[in-house]
Amino acid sequence: MMNNLGKWVDDRLPVSRFWNAHLAKYYVPQNFNFWYYFGSLLLVVFVLQIVTGIWLTMSYKPSAEDAFASVEYIMRDVEWGWLLRYMHSTGASFFFIAVYLHIFRGMMYGSYKKPRELIWIFGVLILLVLMAEAFMGYLLPWGQMSFWGAQVIISLFSSVPVIGPDLAQWIRGDFVVSDATLNRFFALHVIALPLVLLFLIGGHIMALHEVGSNNPDGVDIKENKDATGKPVDGIPFHPYYTVKDLFGLGVFMFIFAAVLFYWPDGGGLFLEHPNFIPADPLKTPEHIAPVWYFAPHYAILRAVPDKFFGVVAMVTAILILFVMPWIDRNRTRSIRYRSTAFKVNLFAFVAAFVGLGYLGTQPPGPIATLAAQLLSTVYFGFFVALFVISRLERTKPVPERLQ
Amino acid sequence: MTRLTFLIVVLGMLVASGAKAASGSYPLKEANVDLGDEASLYRGAQTFMDSCSTCHSASMMRFGRIGKDLGLSDEQLAELMPTETTKPGDTIESHMPAGYAKNTFGIVPPDLTLVARVQGADWLYTYLTTFYADPDAPWGVNNAAFPGVGMPHVLAAEQGLLQPVYETHGEGENTRQELVDLKAPERPGTMSQEAFERKMHDLTAFMVYMAEPAALLRMHYGPYVLVFLFIFSVLMYLVKKEYWRDIKH
Repeated sequence: MMNNLGKWVDDRLPVSRFWNAHLAKYYVPQNFNFWYYFGSLLLVVFVLQIVTGIWLTMSYKPSAEDAFASVEYIMRDVEWGWLLRYMHSTGASFFFIAVYLHIFRGMMYGSYKKPRELIWIFGVLILLVLMAEAFMGYLLPWGQMSFWGAQVIISLFSSVPVIGPDLAQWIRGDFVVSDATLNRFFALHVIALPLVLLFLIGGHIMALHEVGSNNPDGVDIKENKDATGKPVDGIPFHPYYTVKDLFGLGVFMFIFAAVLFYWPDGGGLFLEHPNFIPADPLKTPEHIAPVWYFAPHYAILRAVPDKFFGVVAMVTAILILFVMPWIDRNRTRSIRYRSTAFKVNLFAFVAAFVGLGYLGTQPPGPIATLAAQLLSTVYFGFFVALFVISRLERTKPVPERLQ
Repeated sequence: MTRLTFLIVVLGMLVASGAKAASGSYPLKEANVDLGDEASLYRGAQTFMDSCSTCHSASMMRFGRIGKDLGLSDEQLAELMPTETTKPGDTIESHMPAGYAKNTFGIVPPDLTLVARVQGADWLYTYLTTFYADPDAPWGVNNAAFPGVGMPHVLAAEQGLLQPVYETHGEGENTRQELVDLKAPERPGTMSQEAFERKMHDLTAFMVYMAEPAALLRMHYGPYVLVFLFIFSVLMYLVKKEYWRDIKH
C-alpha cells in the first residue's frame, strides 16, 4: 500500500531521486572533524529563527508607540513568549558564532578554492544579508541601543559623496530614525531578507552538492573511484553524517539552552543592558556599542579618522572575502600541508578579528584607537600576506587518499 | 596549541569582553540576590509598594503575576494593592500627578519595572544603601553609586544619614575630593544598619524579579531541558558509534 503510494508520487514528483541525490547516495569524505558540524547547525538555527520569528510577529507591534511595550508584553503576558523571545535573541548570537566558525573552517581547509569558488561567493553573500537581517532585527525592540545603533549606522550612509544625505534620508524614510524606519525595517526583517537568505542558502547547498565537499585533508575524493563509480574514501551522507550531525546538534543545543535558560543576556553581549530603556530620540546614550557580532567591523570603522574612508574600510573588510579564491594562489587546500608562514598569518588574522571585536564593544580612547588601527592593519595585512605567501611558500606533499 | 584549546581561548576572550567595567570610583557592593527566596521577594514587594510606588510606577508589572509567582494568599496580595478597587490585572502605577512631580523634582520619576535589567542588581543595592549627607546638593544628599542624584533620601528616617569620608587628590587647581568611605550617621535612624541593608537586599531582590519575572520560569524549566539534551546527545553519540562501526576511520 505505502509502496504503491510512494511509486505513485515518485512518478509525478522526483522525491526519491532528490533523497538519493542529496542524502542517501550523496558521497562525502569520511574524515570530517569538529569544524564540519557548523554547516548543518546553521541550517537548524536558520529554521529556528524563522519559526520563533513567526510566533513573535503574532504579538509584536511594529510601531514606535507600541514596540517596546509589546516586547515586554511578549516577555510577561504571552504564554511561553519569554521562551520564544530568548530563543530568537540567543539564536541571533549563536547564528553568528556558528557563521564565524564556519567561515574559519573554510579558510583553514581552503574550501573556497577551485572548484568551490561559487559556494564561497554564495557564503559571503549569505554573511552580508545575515548582517543586514540582524541589524534590522535589532531595531525592532525599540530600546535605546536599538535606536541609537540604527541612527549611527544609517548616518554612515550620509558620508557617501554627493548623494549621501539624501541616501540616508531615503533609507530612514524620515529625517531621523522614526516610526517609518521601524516599519520598513520590520518588513525587510520578517519577509524580504529571510526570503533572500532562503534563496542564497539554496544556491550555497546546490553549488556544494554539485562539486562535493572539501575535507580536512583537502584531498579530492572524486579522483579515486571504485568499479561502481563511488568514491573509495566517500561515504553516503545518510545515514552516516545524519547521525553524526544529530550528535553535534545535541551538544550545540545543550550549550544553546544553557545560555538561554541561565544567561540570556550573555553578560550584556547578547542583550545589551541599555536596550531595556525605551528609545528616546532626545537622549543620546554616553556610549553606543554595537552587538558583539558587529563589534569587529565597528572597530575598523572607528580606527579610520575620516568618516567616509572608515565606512569604506568597514565595507571592504567584508567585501574582500569575495576575492579570497583568487587572493590565495596556492593549489594546496588544507592548512595541514601548508607552510608555517600561512599558519602564522591565519592565526594573526583570527587574533586581530577577536581583538577588534573586543575593542568594538569598548568606549573609544587614544590607546584603544591605536590598538584598533594596529589590528585593522593586521586584518587587511592578512590578505596581502596571503597573496604573497601563497605564491612563494613550500607546501608539504598532499597524499592521494584521505589520511 | 591544539585546535580545541584555540577555540576555548577565542570563546573565553568573547566572554571576558562582556565583563562590565566599573562605573564611578566607589566600589559596588554585592547584592547576592536569591530569586528562590519567596519570603524575601514578598518583603521587597511590600517595601516597594510602601516607599517607591508613591512616586514611581512599574507599569509593566501586574499584581496578579506577583501573587502567582510568589505564592501569595489573597490576603497577602490585597495587602500589596494600593486601594480596595485594585484588580489583579492592574499594574503598579504611581499616583503622583506628573505636573506636580515635574515641579518638585524637575523630572517625572522614571518607571522602575526594568531598572534592574539596565543597572544590574549590585548597582541597585549599592544605590539604595549609599545615600550620604552632602550639604551642597539640592536635597542635602548625594549617592555613592549615582553622583549628583536627583532623588531625596526617602528612607533617611530609617537609615539615618551616612557621613562621607573624602580623600583629597591632586594639587593646586587639580584638587578633587574622592569619596572613599561612608561612616555611621550622627543621629541613628529607626533601624540598625544591618537591618536596613537586609531590607534593601529584599527590595533589590524584588526589583530584579520585577524586571524579569520569566527568570523564575527559566530556572524552573532549565534543568529539565538540559537533562533531556544531555541524554539526547549521549544516545546520538551511541547511535553514531554503532552506525560508524563499519567505517575504518
